[in-house]
Amino acid sequence: MQEFIWLLPSFPLAGFLILVLTSGTLSRITVAVIGAGSIGLSFLVASIIAVQFLGSGDDYYIKEVWAWMSVGGFSPGFSFYLDGLSLVMMLIITGVGFLIHLYATGYMADDPSYSRFFSYMNLFIAAMLMLVLGDNLVLLYLGWEGVGLCSYLLIGFWYTKPENGYAARKAFVVTRVGDTSMAIGLFLLFAQLGTLNIQDMLHVAEVEWNIGSGLAIATTMLLLGGAVGKSAQLPLQTWLPDAMAGPTPISALIHAATMVTAGVYLIARTHVLFQLAPSVQLLVAWIGLITLLMAGFTALTQSDIKRILAFSTVSQIGYMFLGLGVGAWSAAIFHLMTHAFFKALLFLASGTVILSMHHEQSIFKMGGLRKALPVSFASFLIGSLALTAFPYTSGYFSKDEILLAALELDGPGIFLWAGGVLGAFFTGIYTFRLFFVVFFGETSGHPPEKEVGGWHMNGPLIVLMVLSIFGGFISIPVDAVFGHGESHEEHHVSALVHGFMVAVPLLGILVSYLCFHKKVFSIEKLMSYSISRRLHKFWHSGWGMDWLYDRVFVFPFLWLSRINHADLVDRFYGLIVEVSKSANKMVVKSQTGYLRWYAFIMALGLVALLLLGIIL
Amino acid sequence: MSSIPIEHGLVLSAILFAIGLIGVLTRRNIVFVLMSLEIMLNASGLAFIVAASRWGHAEGQVMFLMILTLAAAEVAVGLGLIIQMFRQFKTIDINVLSEMKG
Repeated sequence: MQEFIWLLPSFPLAGFLILVLTSGTLSRITVAVIGAGSIGLSFLVASIIAVQFLGSGDDYYIKEVWAWMSVGGFSPGFSFYLDGLSLVMMLIITGVGFLIHLYATGYMADDPSYSRFFSYMNLFIAAMLMLVLGDNLVLLYLGWEGVGLCSYLLIGFWYTKPENGYAARKAFVVTRVGDTSMAIGLFLLFAQLGTLNIQDMLHVAEVEWNIGSGLAIATTMLLLGGAVGKSAQLPLQTWLPDAMAGPTPISALIHAATMVTAGVYLIARTHVLFQLAPSVQLLVAWIGLITLLMAGFTALTQSDIKRILAFSTVSQIGYMFLGLGVGAWSAAIFHLMTHAFFKALLFLASGTVILSMHHEQSIFKMGGLRKALPVSFASFLIGSLALTAFPYTSGYFSKDEILLAALELDGPGIFLWAGGVLGAFFTGIYTFRLFFVVFFGETSGHPPEKEVGGWHMNGPLIVLMVLSIFGGFISIPVDAVFGHGESHEEHHVSALVHGFMVAVPLLGILVSYLCFHKKVFSIEKLMSYSISRRLHKFWHSGWGMDWLYDRVFVFPFLWLSRINHADLVDRFYGLIVEVSKSANKMVVKSQTGYLRWYAFIMALGLVALLLLGIIL
Repeated sequence: MSSIPIEHGLVLSAILFAIGLIGVLTRRNIVFVLMSLEIMLNASGLAFIVAASRWGHAEGQVMFLMILTLAAAEVAVGLGLIIQMFRQFKTIDINVLSEMKG
């Protein structure tokens, strides 16, 4: 069955083609069956392949489908590479992807562009599978750009609103900065190592490059540029919160569960290179830490339910980067998986809330919804607990592993650990702030009559709830990928430290409970100080990053384009045009149409010539 | 045979040419313009004859015959055009034909 691995991206691609070519003429039922069914088939095939692969005991499996191109020594193929890492990724993508597709058949039921929505979603899944299954960086890059395109199309899905188009363009342009850096990285890798096949490349690099060599640092920096762009990390994190303009299932699928973790996957996939450049690897950890703290503060101040979750996503991917940076590769992938479960759950549940509230997204216009929306309430409770790493939920295991790995790192490890724990504290506060404000307190505005639902919307929520609780007990088969002895090493920390790490998020929940439910501490009173108002405004704007980028990049660019509108080069050519035009006008005047005038000019010319002959 | 000085012939030719040119430039009736053109042609023909008789060459007379033929052909075409013009515009005023201007 493993040789049928090419079927995985083929099903969604076929679904995409059918939906695009029929261009919305199919009935809604047919579209739903094709859209969700193709992903379901992929998941089925992926599960069978996974069982067989794990049963076979091989470390990897390569399936070459056909050669893509062959130019000189450069011959990337459409070949799929299956190992523990791509196995985990493909199961997340097809599994969570299928649940979200199923949910979307209900969520988008009233949308006029039903078919277009599912065609983009299918194309996204196909591209994402290409990204994680490709055995060379060119195929990976094809998928990488494909998911970027789908992200753009789906953020701007409701294109009649100009701000959605703006958000889509912003996401596209900002990630493009990273993609360009990554493309240059690929060129450099090919020029230096002579191959872009990932495994060959890693072997050659391991042999030829010394630890800390300039080339290793340069290539990993360039790859890191691509990863921070796609995964919305500092300094390219500004696009993700705006990407929430898309429909909520998109936020769940692309901007939480799968696409934004592509950067994590890329770094994990090329981890050998990063091990050759320890300074860059440490930089990954610091980027993760700073991003997770910044996003945590910002999430505290947001009022839009989806933006809170978006900043929380940025923050959680920060944890994954932290894990990658301290060498806890499998812990980072583990967190990627659990995060996919609970963040998809939270986003889908927020979709139900938003739909039930008739597209109201401000949490302060909600309140006391736990009776009216029981399924969302349960989903949010479980998702929030997993997100804050409540003991024995899925998020607890993965975050714990990352933080313990950080603590064991010599040197800056203690700072990374402390920052991560502080981040976990804020995670507790902002997550349960959302939870308490939306589901407790007095109802304000118009409470919804009934919860939007149906089996195809509630079913995925229930499955994801189960996965969010018990997902931590899944053991992912990535040991062979990252080398043995790295992941299942027992972490030796005292019970005190461990107890502290468990207590901190709980403390965050407690603070949130006291502030936002019991109102022991008055937020209004806190906001009456001007410093806290300013701080709130600063954090609310995402640490002024948009403001800064507007000043540093956007305005200078606009200014340049404005002055360049009438530049000197243009003026020179404009002069030529003016001269010819005025000359033309003069000549035109002599063209009177009177025969005698022409005859007179001829005679005059003749006389002039004769005179000239006489004088000379 | 007492010969006329060549200057006299050339001056006569120049005067005729000038008369013809002024006629072309000032006349509005296209038939008169054509006639003025004939005068100009014949003035140049006269200059050829004078020069030929002065130097005793036959080429000047040959040239004059050619000019004569040319003039006849030109008149044939010109008169044809004038008839066309009269049919089209119901006038033979040359100023009417000034539509082709820049």
